[in-house]
Amino acid sequence: MSAIFIMIGASLLVASGFLFAFIRAVKSGQYEDDYTPGVRMLFDDEVKTKPSNNEKPSTGL
Amino acid sequence: MKITPASLTVDKRVTCYHCGEVCPPVPVNEDGHDFCCEGCHLVYDLLKQNDLCSYYDISKAPGRAAEDAEKNAVYASLDEPEVRSRMLRFEDEKTARVVFHVPSMHCSSCIWLLEHLYRMETGILSSTVNFPAREVSVDFDPRKIKLSRVAALFAATGYAPSISLGDLEISAKKKRFNPRVLKIGVAGFCFGNIMLLSFPEYLSLGDLHEVPALRTFFAWLSLALSIPVIAYSASEFFIFAWKAIRFRSLNIDAPVALAISVTFLRSVYEITTGSGPGYLDSMSGIVFFMLIGRYFQDRTHENLSFERDYRSYFPIAVTALKNGKEISLPVTRLKAGDRIIIRNGELVPADCILLDGNAEIDYSFVTGESEPVTKENGEKIFAGARQTSEAITLEVLKETSQSYLTQLWNNDSAGRRNVEEHKSYIDRVNRWFTLGVLLLASSASVVWLFIQPSNALNVFVSVLIVACPCTLLLASTFTNASVLHWFGKYGLYLKNSAVIEKLATASAIVFDKTGTITEGNEGSTAYEGKPLSAEETAALALLASQSGHPLSRRIAAVLKKGNGRITGYSDHKGKGISGNIGGRFYMIGSADFIGEKKEAKTAEAWIAIDGKVKGKFVFRNRYRAGLAEIISALTEKFSTELLSGDNEAERENLQPVFGNEMRFNQSPAEKLERIRVLQDEGKKVIMVGDGLNDAGALLRADAGIAVSDSMNNYFPACDAILDGKSFARLPLLLRYSRIARRIIIVTFLFSVIYNIAGIYFSVRGELSPVIAAVLMPASSLSVILITTLSSRISAKRLFGAADGNHTAV
Repeated sequence: MSAIFIMIGASLLVASGFLFAFIRAVKSGQYEDDYTPGVRMLFDDEVKTKPSNNEKPSTGL
Repeated sequence: MKITPASLTVDKRVTCYHCGEVCPPVPVNEDGHDFCCEGCHLVYDLLKQNDLCSYYDISKAPGRAAEDAEKNAVYASLDEPEVRSRMLRFEDEKTARVVFHVPSMHCSSCIWLLEHLYRMETGILSSTVNFPAREVSVDFDPRKIKLSRVAALFAATGYAPSISLGDLEISAKKKRFNPRVLKIGVAGFCFGNIMLLSFPEYLSLGDLHEVPALRTFFAWLSLALSIPVIAYSASEFFIFAWKAIRFRSLNIDAPVALAISVTFLRSVYEITTGSGPGYLDSMSGIVFFMLIGRYFQDRTHENLSFERDYRSYFPIAVTALKNGKEISLPVTRLKAGDRIIIRNGELVPADCILLDGNAEIDYSFVTGESEPVTKENGEKIFAGARQTSEAITLEVLKETSQSYLTQLWNNDSAGRRNVEEHKSYIDRVNRWFTLGVLLLASSASVVWLFIQPSNALNVFVSVLIVACPCTLLLASTFTNASVLHWFGKYGLYLKNSAVIEKLATASAIVFDKTGTITEGNEGSTAYEGKPLSAEETAALALLASQSGHPLSRRIAAVLKKGNGRITGYSDHKGKGISGNIGGRFYMIGSADFIGEKKEAKTAEAWIAIDGKVKGKFVFRNRYRAGLAEIISALTEKFSTELLSGDNEAERENLQPVFGNEMRFNQSPAEKLERIRVLQDEGKKVIMVGDGLNDAGALLRADAGIAVSDSMNNYFPACDAILDGKSFARLPLLLRYSRIARRIIIVTFLFSVIYNIAGIYFSVRGELSPVIAAVLMPASSLSVILITTLSSRISAKRLFGAADGNHTAV
């Protein structure tokens, strides 16, 4: 029965790991715009016809 | 220039492939597409070069013309170190990030183009659009491209960024995320875990004596988990309650804060003395559910006010000069650099520079100062200014904000009074309600202390939570916002929500004639009298075009305007206009004004040149379609009558419509007097007029509605503007206002019943605090739902499937 102390402690630790992930995700601001990603995903990818000197475009803010 | 119906058929006109506006007779052409101007053509070329023509496939005619090259000088200042450092959100050697506000983006094509800018310039790495905020975040390589060039690129594609250094301070400080979401997350995490840990208590397994250590372990763990809840998540309740108390007032946060702290302290006591498990699950549950409720309330409120900004405000138009021609543009399509003409009595819709003309500006809307001020060429004129002399040409400096203009409308003294009255009413309700709830909670729990002490705390807490004044307040606020939106959609634009009540309780309607029950723009204009030379007609046209009065505009429409200059223009309200052109003194006005004694048979405007009467313009008016039916429908509910400033000529024609309730030759003062008489009889009067020479009467009436066909004139003296095209809907619109009033009463009753029922059950100890915490936001949300849905359903049912007048902006 005393195993339960350790189990609860461990699961709380794991759960708080998820909590921190949640906090980080909200702080990154990705949930602020809930309209544009829906439009963005409908754009077609096009084959680039001219060579570009850009670095790869980064996504997200 | 005669406007015939045939020339208005839409199908035959050639529209620009890029921006959708009408093309001139010989449009610019490339690749089989027509463009209205070089600006649009340039953007098309630019996109074609960079292989970005998919832009046109996503939405129809999504573009705007490119900005003039001179504007780029403005962007050069962005490279100055001070300005640049304030604009950039981030910078290191390889990457820099700037966020531009681009108010002109309006569709998916815009989003597509703005996110594919990297194809146009090698220095641009990527760009991300935040559409609801109209912002674009651009990452670029500062070694390869300058900030000014980035801004110029935006302008070249027709998406000029709107940059104002004042905004920079604000946007830099704006938080990038909503902290309440974090609070909800933390509260939810702790609440869930505390509840899990409380399961043994729920299921009465605590009687197992085997491992008492477990019990204490769970209790202390719950306590530890509740600390972030009360310290972080619940902080806003404590902060707002404290703020209110400091000002000797109470708001809804006070009982909630009290409930939370009482529960927490009691739990701490029980756990530390080992006398019980505490009520931490209730406490964290309260915080969690209340926060969720608030979050949704705020979001709904935001959505509703966003709608209101764009939909329930009257679509004002201005006369703009494009390629030397005068066209009518909605105010929201104005860009910096556009030239506009503002006539006598019209409002300046955006910050402008005076280019030409004699400007006597009256800032009564903005500052309340009605003494006109003379402005010189090159001087800046702010949005909201009213021109009181001749027509002037202005160049737009900054794009206009329609909500700012309507704010001016709402904020004149009468509007401001209404808002303040409403605010103080809310404060009073809040204070007394909260006080009452506190008393009730304390007395109920005291009573329970004698009957069954263990219940006392629960009763105290749940009464505090379940009683909600917000539903009482929300009922009217949300209904009004919703109703205003629907009115706007169907052509009636109200100044503020107090007008709804006035419309709903009216018992008499008074109509003006010219411009109100007659079509503003239709009907014929004919000249009778001594023949006029070309020079004289040109001069008369010039004089007439200075004024915004419907009759002047009709004269200006049939005569060809000359190129002369006018001096000494003066407008004698209600009587006529005069001015000097080419050394001669011209007058246009009523028979009295000119000095004629003739008995008039129809609506007319007399002409006098250098003091000698030359003749008159005779206007044959067309009455609005279905006038007789509209008036008879209205007469069922209201007493209707006509007050006209014109002569008796139309009495016979109007007899079948208004019966004997007609008065002619009314001066503005007489109209006002008539309304006063009606009000003394105990009637509530709606005045429907054109806003020009019956301003006094419109103000005096309980509700003044100005009918507008041209969208150019802006009528501050009225409580509502009715789009001429929607005149036929007037009976239905008034019926809708009565329905709106009923909706408010019903939702108000609903919230009263909810409060009574909730308090009843919690006083009897039958309501647990957690359930109360769920019910409270649920009730607010249901009030919002009820009002929004019922106002929408009744609007659709009343006005049918017919699409509203509102044109997409």
